[in-house]
Amino acid sequence: MTTTEVRPEPRTAKPVTQLGDRIFAGSAKGAGILILVVLAGVAAFLLTEAFPAIVAPAEDLPGEQNLLLYIWPLLFGTLLSAVIALVVATPLAVGVALFISHYAPRRIAQGLGYLVDLLAAVPSIVYGLWGVGVLAPASVGLMTWLNTYLGWIPLFAGPVSATGRTMLVTGLVLAVMILPIITAVAREVFLQAPRLHEEAALALGATRWEMIKMAVLPFGRSGLVSGAMLGLGRALGETMAVAIVLSVSGVVTFNLVSSGNPSSIAANIALQFPEASGLGVNVLIASGLVLFVVTLAVNMIARYIVNRRSEFSGAN
Amino acid sequence: MSKNIEAKDLNIYYGSFRAVEGVNMSIKKKTVTALIGPSGCGKSTFLRSINRMHEVIAGAHVEGRLELDGQDLYGPGMDPVIVRRQIGMVFQRPNPFPTMSIYDNVIAGMRLNNKKAKKAEFDDTVERSLRGANLWNEVKDRLDKPGSGLSGGQQQRLCIARAIAVQPDVLLMDEPCSALDPISTLAIEDLINELKNEYTIVIVTHNMQQAARVSDFTGFFNIEGTGKPGKLVEMDETKTIFSQPKQKATEDYVSGRFG
Ligand SMILES: Nc1ncnc2c1ncn2[C@@H]1O[C@H](COP(=O)(O)OP(=O)(O)OP(=O)(O)O)[C@@H](O)[C@H]1O
Ligand SMILES: [Mg+2]
Repeated sequence: MTTTEVRPEPRTAKPVTQLGDRIFAGSAKGAGILILVVLAGVAAFLLTEAFPAIVAPAEDLPGEQNLLLYIWPLLFGTLLSAVIALVVATPLAVGVALFISHYAPRRIAQGLGYLVDLLAAVPSIVYGLWGVGVLAPASVGLMTWLNTYLGWIPLFAGPVSATGRTMLVTGLVLAVMILPIITAVAREVFLQAPRLHEEAALALGATRWEMIKMAVLPFGRSGLVSGAMLGLGRALGETMAVAIVLSVSGVVTFNLVSSGNPSSIAANIALQFPEASGLGVNVLIASGLVLFVVTLAVNMIARYIVNRRSEFSGAN
Repeated sequence: MSKNIEAKDLNIYYGSFRAVEGVNMSIKKKTVTALIGPSGCGKSTFLRSINRMHEVIAGAHVEGRLELDGQDLYGPGMDPVIVRRQIGMVFQRPNPFPTMSIYDNVIAGMRLNNKKAKKAEFDDTVERSLRGANLWNEVKDRLDKPGSGLSGGQQQRLCIARAIAVQPDVLLMDEPCSALDPISTLAIEDLINELKNEYTIVIVTHNMQQAARVSDFTGFFNIEGTGKPGKLVEMDETKTIFSQPKQKATEDYVSGRFG
């Protein structure tokens, strides 16, 4: 008899614990769906607004040129500046993050950590102003040197811009901009490298750097890729810094030190939008659609790279 | 390829806290020495000081002499990296590198010493070490799979294979079976019995039967109270420690009348 009396209790108790679970599961699912809805909404807006520009004959478009011919230099400029930024910033970020997580004494590490977080909060317009006001004039000498001694590499073919408002400087400004975010992410993942595996490496007679190569970097790889992608995303979409720094002529060139450069999609939209009307607006939105697709693709490729060796990720 | 260890008045610290005090101990080559004692008495701390893993913790340091065949491991100019290459270690929790295959795990230490070794040399080492760790038959068909995909007992044997792949002089084991089932435990105990033909082995264990089964010598550590340093109370042949120890504390501990 007692057992039958006891039995209902857990039954009534059960739904209570489940309620919390249900609320959590429901809100998590809701948040996930919300993100998808927003994303779909953005995509739908871009598609509908870009559509008129896509179907319109070339002669109706501003500048009377084919839509693809209009967007291509912008896309090229976007990718080139972002890639420069990423190539410069990632190794630096890894170095700074490793210094903070594994080399610096605790006090210095903490101070540096705060500093990096602080840098991440600086608005991009400030970086833009710094780029055009300080870095651009200051790097004319460096670019002249590059052009003189490495001029045979097409990247530095010149003629060197006198103002310094070049693709190289733009890339460097972007690199400085995305450095904090990549560093912050890298530092977090490096700090999370399991002590167990670090000690395993040290006990095998690894030096500190060998330990980092064996236990820290492989562990942090996927996190690092995510961090780099965050940085790349920011560089691809960066508007003000590019708009302020880069001197634009619309040519497609790998020449990083001259004054004739392609603009980037985001900067171009910002600069052209106030004067655009009619189909011009649709053209700009079409270029925005391209940026949207590129960013999405970049992220998917990064995911793919991360997942390809996920069985070795240590997550299991 | 096996050496004697000699600790002389060894004091071991975490910052200013003296965790282990005044250890004098001789460990003969090609023997198994078990370290037993209550929790917190400094067995792990002492073990980790033998291969200078103790000092990877911030503020941790050691006073006194620790000799490997007469060579002072804490002498000036002694590189801890070199010490660790001679003295291998197996941890309480199996810790194969999750980002490496079984094969790469085994040769991880060898890669550090000998970067230009030929593929055939690596292959030989992998087979020899995995056979040595009684794991070869279980994994020979999936050497390229991640080490983290093995069972706990297999992972621990993989860690032993990794440690013996570099042919160290000494093998330290800190409760290597505490996370394992009885069958895997027996497999590792058998392995220890085979390994002592080639290596000096020091093993920390909480399991008296295990100490009695695998070791030739046993050292009993004790601690007087929290915050006090741990001390080596008595060290002798295992059968003496378990049958007629000289100290009362040892007798109480091994007969389960502790505390
Ligand atoms: N990282 C550390 N920092 C400071 N004190 C520590 C640290 N690790 C251990 N200790 C202290 O050193 C003393 C000895 O610890 P140790 O881990 O060597 O004990 P043990 O004998 O291995 O215990 P167990 O049997 O539980 O593993 C304990 O008082 C412990 O609190
Ligand atoms: Mg311990």
